[in-house]
Amino acid sequence: MKTTIKPLVAALAMITAAGAHAEISDKEIRIGYLADMSGAYRDLGGPGGLEALNMAVEDFGGQVNGAKIVVRSADDRNSPDVGANTTREWIDQGKVDVVAGLVSSAVTIAVTRILEDTNRFGLVSISASSAITNEYCTPNHVHWVYDTYAMANGTAKAIVKEGGDSWSILAADYAFGHAMEADVERTVLAAGGKVVSKARHPLASSDFSSYILQAQSSGAKVIGLANAASDTVNAITTAKQFGLTDSGQRLAGLMVFISDVHALGLEATQGMQLTTGWYWDQDEESRAWAKRFFERTKRMPTMVQAGIYSSTRHYLQAIKDTGSDEAQVVRKQMLATPVNDMFTNNGRIREDGRMVYDMSLVQVKTPAESTGEWDLYKIVRSIPGDEAFRPLSESKCKLVDTKLAGKS
Amino acid sequence: MTLFDIPTAALLGQLMLGLINGAFYALLSLGLAIIFGLLKVINFAHGAQYMLGAFVALLLSRHFGIDYWAALILVPVLVGLSGCLLERFLLRPIANQNHLYSLLLTFGLALIMQNLFTNLYGSSGNAYPTPEVFRGAVNLGFMHLPLYRAWVIVAALAVCLAAWFVIEKTRLGAYLRAGTENPQLMQGFGINIPFLITLTYGFGAALAAFAGVLAAPLYSVSPTMGANLLIVVFAVVVIGGMGSIVGAVVTGLAMGLIEGLTKVIYPQAATTVIFAVMVMVLLLKPNGLFGKGA
Repeated sequence: MKTTIKPLVAALAMITAAGAHAEISDKEIRIGYLADMSGAYRDLGGPGGLEALNMAVEDFGGQVNGAKIVVRSADDRNSPDVGANTTREWIDQGKVDVVAGLVSSAVTIAVTRILEDTNRFGLVSISASSAITNEYCTPNHVHWVYDTYAMANGTAKAIVKEGGDSWSILAADYAFGHAMEADVERTVLAAGGKVVSKARHPLASSDFSSYILQAQSSGAKVIGLANAASDTVNAITTAKQFGLTDSGQRLAGLMVFISDVHALGLEATQGMQLTTGWYWDQDEESRAWAKRFFERTKRMPTMVQAGIYSSTRHYLQAIKDTGSDEAQVVRKQMLATPVNDMFTNNGRIREDGRMVYDMSLVQVKTPAESTGEWDLYKIVRSIPGDEAFRPLSESKCKLVDTKLAGKS
Repeated sequence: MTLFDIPTAALLGQLMLGLINGAFYALLSLGLAIIFGLLKVINFAHGAQYMLGAFVALLLSRHFGIDYWAALILVPVLVGLSGCLLERFLLRPIANQNHLYSLLLTFGLALIMQNLFTNLYGSSGNAYPTPEVFRGAVNLGFMHLPLYRAWVIVAALAVCLAAWFVIEKTRLGAYLRAGTENPQLMQGFGINIPFLITLTYGFGAALAAFAGVLAAPLYSVSPTMGANLLIVVFAVVVIGGMGSIVGAVVTGLAMGLIEGLTKVIYPQAATTVIFAVMVMVLLLKPNGLFGKGA
């Protein structure tokens, strides 16, 4: 039954899409915000991300070319099943045009598949797996902010260069952790280092002591944390208790958010180097936007919350410029337009859906250096987009002609 | 020196960590067992009460500057009192209904508390400082044991021992045990059973809160910290025998050790080994290792 319905739905979607060409369907732009609103990843995107999205909508005056922008949201609870079902319901019953947010990589991969089948659009701003624009790329989504390739590349390369050449990797045991583990290992090996041990832990663990003990006895110079949010916070707390850093080993958080550093405090994190896709204090525009965000949420935005604003704005601008909300028309316009806003001033979207822009290698300030609750990073150097992200010549994405990409 | 191709240092280290986890399992399952013994309530709010303990300690230190040691006494009293109120006004009205009602009620309360704290304080977790005297680690030869973790074992075992003493050797404990056996008869002797029940639930909640305060400097204080632990603790109670106090403590420690051992031999199975033991125990000895029989 399922197999017969799928092409039918796709055909139907194409007919409606063709009919809707050069106009906005139903005279409404319907955005669905799908994210972890209550679990381990809530503080990265969560309700704050929805606020950022609403800010973008408000900046368009709540409408584009006379079509009202309608936002709805749901909690995917980091479950691919919940995420996929919600997306189907949104599209079938709510006629949603675009799904934004998208946290857990496993959820994103499931959802973007549906978006491709139904020719809707996805703005992925929180997921990390670099596979999202590689083997799982679709012509129906773009990937904003970081990915595991860029994060591993930025942080691991810098650490190996400084002499941290033997690694023990501790990864979250699901799509994101696996992707991060692979990308870190590749980066470390390419930079001339070696990986001496690997371990995986379940998502949202509380007890990290045994993993830390194993990493400690592995003799590795660097313990790479291929996890995120509360898992990273717990792992760092535990490592500190076991005196990991006192014995000459160092911790490398490969996926550290400002919300994590804020939760851990500078005392525990000072001196740590990490890669970030955006920092609220990076320039005049980012500061101004962050100030607006802070007034609404009483927290400084994470890089993904800023990315949600940026990607939504870019999407709405493309609808405004083309007068259509048909996914392929919008995508074409989004790819043709450089991204220049509070998020980045030199972003561009490649044919694999990856938004490529300059990232930053930052160092966590010492308590003495910090002048305020959210004054947490100093920027060490900028990582040019072409250096940070996976080059198209290595791409496995079906949308990329690798022969052509190799030449360029 | 190695054992089964496993370095002895690693084995001892993991067993030590297992013992620390076991101390938490023991404290929490003790509370659950006491509550189940007298009230026949399967207290799904136990994880939330543990989380509440950690959060109250955090908030007291943030807003009132109350330190760890005072919190260790004060927080269980506060959470215990809230437990008494919960029993009196929510659990008692459904005391004569099927056990499922109280299970669902406490489960619902746990979800409400967990989401309330997530909304107020986020999910990243909050750092609670380790008390000054326990900063640093002691070298045991096979591992660096942070002093605070050593203290956790001592404190948890002391509280378990004290609870056992109160229940087995004092008059209050005798009432409690008799009330568990035959509440009607005890009521006939003029013992205020409803009051005893309220007190018991409060005591169970206080034990959970005590464990929460102990855990606060160890793990970051987060709204889901209890939910992660609760399922394991239930398995421990089932293995030990529902309502058996000694069973809960001994099984808690033993399961911590088994988990630690599994982390050395086959780490992937560490999260499931306790449930495998539970299945085996249920098949071979349905009333649990220390259960007296239905």
